[in-house]
Amino acid sequence: MYSDKVMDHFRNPRNVGEITEPDGVGMAGNPVCGDMMELFINVDEEERIEEIKFRTFGCGAAIAVSSILTEMVVGLKIEEALKIDNKQIADELGGLPPVKMHCSMLGREALEKAVEDYRKKKMATAGV
Amino acid sequence: MRRVYLDHSATTPVRPEVLEAMLPYLKENFGNASSIHSFGQDARRAVEEAREKTAQAIGADPKEIVFTSGGTESDNLAIRGVALAKEKKGRHIITSAVEHHAVLDTCEQLEKQGFTVTRVGVDADGIVDPAEVESALRDDTILITIMHANNEVGSIQPIAEISRLAREREITFHVDAVQSLGKIPVKVDELGIDLVSLSGHKIYGPKGTGALYIRKGTKFKPLFHGGGQERKLRPGTENVPGIVAFGRAVELAVHELPEEARRLEVLRDRLMDGLLQRISELKVNGSRIKRLPHNVNVSVIYVEGESLILCLDMEGIAVSSGSACTSGSLEPSHVLRAMGIAHEVAHGSLRMTLGRDNTTEDVDYVLEKVPAIVERLRSMSPLYGHREGETVVVQ
Ligand SMILES: Cc1ncc(COP(=O)(O)O)c(C=O)c1O
Ligand code: FES
Repeated sequence: MYSDKVMDHFRNPRNVGEITEPDGVGMAGNPVCGDMMELFINVDEEERIEEIKFRTFGCGAAIAVSSILTEMVVGLKIEEALKIDNKQIADELGGLPPVKMHCSMLGREALEKAVEDYRKKKMATAGV
Repeated sequence: MRRVYLDHSATTPVRPEVLEAMLPYLKENFGNASSIHSFGQDARRAVEEAREKTAQAIGADPKEIVFTSGGTESDNLAIRGVALAKEKKGRHIITSAVEHHAVLDTCEQLEKQGFTVTRVGVDADGIVDPAEVESALRDDTILITIMHANNEVGSIQPIAEISRLAREREITFHVDAVQSLGKIPVKVDELGIDLVSLSGHKIYGPKGTGALYIRKGTKFKPLFHGGGQERKLRPGTENVPGIVAFGRAVELAVHELPEEARRLEVLRDRLMDGLLQRISELKVNGSRIKRLPHNVNVSVIYVEGESLILCLDMEGIAVSSGSACTSGSLEPSHVLRAMGIAHEVAHGSLRMTLGRDNTTEDVDYVLEKVPAIVERLRSMSPLYGHREGETVVVQ
């Protein structure tokens, strides 16, 4: 049902866990089946994602999507990272079954939320 | 690696005695049971012998057995066959919310054709209340179709009580006994039922085999027309090897039932109690008493079922789940929902169904592997309380 790459990321997910006091954290829920992903990021001065961690409650595809997304965006500038769409994530995994395409949205949304949180925090500190 | 198959409610392997019984009918005894010559007559004899065995197993007359391609066909044939035969009398059908899709979707289809369907609910254990069936009865009720035992949570329905309601009013009563056959007694007179669906591949027979019991005198219209086989109720050249295999499988399953059911119950309770001891926040789905002897169904809170299945599969353990993520429709199991189980809890549901090949060692192997898998998935779950003072409330 799943590609070898999906199974690899499911078996050995990269960057699982949390960052204590992250620069940004985002939580995204999947309205389709009720799954959830939490993403933590640390960002350097150039707004490059230098550290990223996730926690996911979901199917094999959702976990693999979370894992590969962290690999795809680490080291990228926030702007570049946000250009990655769910189709690219699925392609990077060697494809997903059609019924599982919605799981790839989860990663994108969590990343957007984490970036949003980062920007909010930054504005708050700049404002002090 | 050890391999432990715990999905016997999905399907079972063909047992050696059954394979042995059917092989000659694929090879030298290949005749068409309708032919006059000895090739045909050998096949005819085998089909009638299988019919006798099937009838005997459920306490019926051989004339009341129609061979089909399995549970789905038997359910379709039973419901449509009765609905079409009785539609002048009324167009109301009563079923339950926890039926197999072979029943639910057939009823839904009839609804589109002008029938009215009442779906009675179940309690938290997945059991139908006969009083609710009684209050659903109408003057134009022609058919009640309720399963004997549920395929997901193993709940056993009060069939005999419901049958009394049907009897008093001359309403036809169909029962899907696909999951109960060979696990608990299925006797048509004791249960007081008019039609019964049976399937071969759940009782160590081949896939695509089964039967429908139709009580003598039941108003019925066939759905297929053709060569007149099966007393015109289900025409088509008989699947002789399949029928022979089905007959043998039913015979063995019912013969071995008392002993095997007791053995399975011990394994079931060992597995269920063992899981409850080892895993915190685990919920049993379904009744612990009115339950099939081989069914375990639990929800692991904060974990999703498909990930559990995949992790268990890596350890050689085969199970299933009612999680939304495992269904093509991305909806959680309709059975768990009807029992009032919250979406998040249904999400972590695991069904383990034991069979004749399972041993105490298998159960202990599963008990050894599951806790670590649950721990790992929970540690990855944002719903699980990780930080101090943080509790995630799962309703
Ligand atoms: C309760 C019930 N009814 C009907 C069926 C369908 O039987 P078959 O697979 O033989 O078509 C099943 C099998 O999953 C079942 O569990
Ligand atoms: S997260 Fe539910 S189907 Fe993938």
